[in-house]
Amino acid sequence: MENRPLEYDYTVAKWFMLTTVVLGIVGMLVGVILAWEMAFPAVNTFAGSGLAEYTNFSRLRPLHTDAVIFGFTLSGIWATWYYIGQRVLKVSMAESKFLMFMGKLHFGLYLLVVVAVVVSLLLGISTGKEYAEFEWPIDIAVVVVWVIWGMSIFGLIGIRREKSLYISIWYYIATFLGIAMLYLFNNMEIPTYFASGGIGAWYHSVSMYSGTNDALVQWWYGHNAVAFGFTVPIVAMIYYFLPKESGQAVYSYKLSLLAFWGLMFVYLWAGGHHLIYSTVPDWMQTMGSVFSVVLILPSWGSAINMLLTMKGEWQQVAASPLIKFMVLASTFYMFSTLEGPIQAIKSVNALAHFTDWIVGHVHDGVLGWVAFMIMAALFHMAPRVFKREIYSKSLMNTQFWIQTLGVVLYFTSMWIAGITQGMMWRAHDEFGNLAYSFIDTVAVLHPYFTIRAVGGTLYLVGMFLFAFNMYKTMTSARRVEESELQNASPMGA
Amino acid sequence: MDIGTIQAYAYFIFTAFLVVVLYAYIYHLYSSQRKGKRDYEKYSNIALHDEITDQPVEEISKNDEIK
Repeated sequence: MENRPLEYDYTVAKWFMLTTVVLGIVGMLVGVILAWEMAFPAVNTFAGSGLAEYTNFSRLRPLHTDAVIFGFTLSGIWATWYYIGQRVLKVSMAESKFLMFMGKLHFGLYLLVVVAVVVSLLLGISTGKEYAEFEWPIDIAVVVVWVIWGMSIFGLIGIRREKSLYISIWYYIATFLGIAMLYLFNNMEIPTYFASGGIGAWYHSVSMYSGTNDALVQWWYGHNAVAFGFTVPIVAMIYYFLPKESGQAVYSYKLSLLAFWGLMFVYLWAGGHHLIYSTVPDWMQTMGSVFSVVLILPSWGSAINMLLTMKGEWQQVAASPLIKFMVLASTFYMFSTLEGPIQAIKSVNALAHFTDWIVGHVHDGVLGWVAFMIMAALFHMAPRVFKREIYSKSLMNTQFWIQTLGVVLYFTSMWIAGITQGMMWRAHDEFGNLAYSFIDTVAVLHPYFTIRAVGGTLYLVGMFLFAFNMYKTMTSARRVEESELQNASPMGA
Repeated sequence: MDIGTIQAYAYFIFTAFLVVVLYAYIYHLYSSQRKGKRDYEKYSNIALHDEITDQPVEEISKNDEIK
């Protein structure tokens, strides 16, 4: 025991890998149920009318979004942090009892918060703010979890051997600081029970903002939650895992730095595009639009940098399903960061706003970019943390194609549905009377809603294949030597 | 000068300033590399050689002594 050579300690990373898989399945399963409910309303009562309160669309919807954002994605971010963080700083968590304890505490408290969130959302306890539905006691717990993660980041940086912080570390720091600021300001709320001297439930609160100000803060938060939850930490992952798995150095490290600062500066101003043609000042709407379009540059800076990292090594895309996942993720990143700015242009937004095209955009980003990258990260990590090869390469390939088909069905159906919807809402006769009632659009959209549900179901099937492959990798795949783990991950047939 | 005109001037100056900052940063990155002040590209190796037994790209103690 005394003379054992120093090794990276992946205990906490493993735990978060587990929650990534489990909460990914939960979040996407709920999403698939919602998609079928949208297509066939009778599904709202699939568990019987007695339980309709818990199974209807409005009760389950926040559970879907929050499970995917704060369950699956956040677990993925932390699993990769506790893996990448040690490696690029060249310091083991085993070297600090304090950091090890904080890592375990981080995971334990996070689990408690997850339970509180699931229970409270199912009971219908909500602040009513999108992606910020948690009531104040949970918000306080979230802040504690976040601070502990911050201590882990800066604690590990404090004892590092590598002087320079690798680009991924910058992105993780930005995630930490960005979400801290956004979460605190958007969730400023007053517990009504205590403020009123005992009226109402103890856990209820009202926001400190109202009306247009509330909308502004909410969408500053909402859009930047996409920035610092779905973009920045995922870029952190691809900057590490793609070079590592392919054995290629980042195409241009300088471009990675430039794209980082560009993204940091531009993203924060783009949230106004959610409020175009609303009551917020016109100049803010214009600013939101302009910054959204400028955002193409730093986003594509990173994405192109990743694709160019594969220069001369494209045969790896055909050979390795793991590289396939990452290259497709990077491609979807380029795709959705072009689509978003197009939707933010005022004249396009007039058509697109409130339609299913927006839902399609979110999902090609999250399913194609975020989830593909997180799964690729876990596939790369698994052989290194479990010291076993990936159980099945052919299962990975199958999963890849099933899920890719799922994403394509999802976003194409939502494009058609969204634009049809937008056109029908605007159509009018020569006297200005609306040509269609709302229910006319619902009837026309039904086939596309069904296709979307099929696409989502395929993606969920892929998630189960992923979970099975990870489980077998953990328990029964062939054991590997350290020498097999240098670059490309070892995979069984 | 009304508030709208001031806003327009401020907007233009601010935009021009940011463009200058952006290009200055790009110039800084490339000129530092060319003059040999700092080799940014070597930092890619931090990910490629990340075993705990690997030599750090820039060791923390050694570098601090130089400074």
